[in-house]
Amino acid sequence: MIKIRGLHKYFGSLHVLKGIDLDVGRSEVVCLIGASGSGKSTLLRCINFLEKAQEGEIWIDGKKIDRKKDDLNKIRAEVGMVFQLFNLFPHKTVLGNVIEAPVMVKRMPRDEAKKEGMALLEKVGLADKAHAYPSQLSGGQQQRVAIARALAMKPKVMLFDEPTSALDPELVGEVLEVMKQLAREGMTMIVVTHEMAFAREVADRVIYMDDGKIIEAATPQEIFEHPKEERTREFLWRVLNPNKGPRPGNKAMGPLAPQEKNRDDCHLENAG
Amino acid sequence: MNFITDLVNYFVRDIPIFATAAWLTIKLTAAALAIGVFIGLFFALLKLSKNRISNGIAHLYITIIRGTPLIVQIFAIYFGLARMVDFGVFWSAAIALAVHNGAYIAEIFRAGIQSINRGQMEAARSLGMTYGLAMRRIILPQAFKRVVPPLGNQFIIGLKDSSLAAFITAPELFQMAMRRAAATCADLEYYTITGLWYLAMVIVFSFLVAKLEKRLDVDKA
Ligand SMILES: Nc1ncnc2c1ncn2[C@@H]1O[C@H](COP(=O)(O)OP(=O)(O)O)[C@@H](O)[C@H]1O
Ligand SMILES: [Mg+2]
Repeated sequence: MIKIRGLHKYFGSLHVLKGIDLDVGRSEVVCLIGASGSGKSTLLRCINFLEKAQEGEIWIDGKKIDRKKDDLNKIRAEVGMVFQLFNLFPHKTVLGNVIEAPVMVKRMPRDEAKKEGMALLEKVGLADKAHAYPSQLSGGQQQRVAIARALAMKPKVMLFDEPTSALDPELVGEVLEVMKQLAREGMTMIVVTHEMAFAREVADRVIYMDDGKIIEAATPQEIFEHPKEERTREFLWRVLNPNKGPRPGNKAMGPLAPQEKNRDDCHLENAG
Repeated sequence: MNFITDLVNYFVRDIPIFATAAWLTIKLTAAALAIGVFIGLFFALLKLSKNRISNGIAHLYITIIRGTPLIVQIFAIYFGLARMVDFGVFWSAAIALAVHNGAYIAEIFRAGIQSINRGQMEAARSLGMTYGLAMRRIILPQAFKRVVPPLGNQFIIGLKDSSLAAFITAPELFQMAMRRAAATCADLEYYTITGLWYLAMVIVFSFLVAKLEKRLDVDKA
């Protein structure tokens, strides 16, 4: 579904992505983890061309994207994106947010868009809020609307950039639930997250990034229980034991408890 | 208390001619600002674009217009361009005022657009909208709401600045004041009366802006 080869991204002289190779198959769920500043957001943003990488190839659905010749708007319409800060359109109602792109970009008749939009809101559990404005919703509800808004374009892939990092702890669950549902339905997803429990449960593959490079990519089982790379081990230790200081020596990590109770701290440490 | 009685007498007696003149002031200001808003929006978008040439053009326009007196601009268009095109008094004044206010309005719009969170443009683009569509449907509606107060302020300035059209013989409020003052030698009375007419218009306009602000804020943070 997505194939990335030799992707390099610079911001001025800052080398942010240093040769990323990545394959994401249809219906695969990939979780991207890594410290703040390691380039996770930049990688997602390169995939839908919100940022333009200077070097490398991106293939979407078997087609190599030429960012000079291809219509990037069309590509973005097929790649859904959910942001850390929701970015709902505050001047439009919930339903207005959801139907905006289908009506304005796809030229879908308004009635049809509304019908589909309501079905999507039903799915994320917010049909009763269709006529509310974003400012009247909780963060968790806003993020679920943002997911519905992205789904309204019937994307082939969904990109999530720390979708729960800005949420109060008690609101994280409802958003993750919607994402799990999506994964079960076979949506191809790339999720940047610090929710290790989520990654463990939902991801087909977990990718650890550091300093603009992919350090390790493996199943959640492997990466959480037998990380091969020292840097991965170090990172996981810090995320999973946020109050314990540096990892002692080279000891094995030991079995991982469900991380729900630490989430709050780890999001504080790694937000960014 | 001679001044007060004179003032009241002149004011009442001349209500019809001052009302006519005030109406012209309103028409002149409305035409100028309506055009000025379009000019302002156009140059704001030019200035925000990534193209260096459009950028430079917008910068040049704003610099020149803000850096020269309005009266010079009015004379340049009325007397200076008269050799090529004769817009007539009303449209010369309206165009000069539009071009002048347009520069300030451009800066107001630019600031308003830039005050909208970057995430709004990114969300819109990520849904497949073009830059233009995102601007029109997502950014500008939010920016318009934010620029109502500074725009209202600029409109008030524009209304008062329209008095300079008197110097190219537009029979608007200030022109009327000068004529009546010269005819009666009651300068203080007539300039006070004229000031009161402007003041009244500004107060009514401010009230309307305040009402609009309130209405725009209702449940759409
Ligand atoms: N628009 C930008 N301009 C300049 N530097 C940027 C920009 N966006 C990100 N960066 C830099 O790129 C690096 C990677 O950022 P990012 O992809 O946001 O990391 P992550 O999402 O993993 O926290 C950081 O050093 C960040 O400061
Ligand atoms: Mg990030």
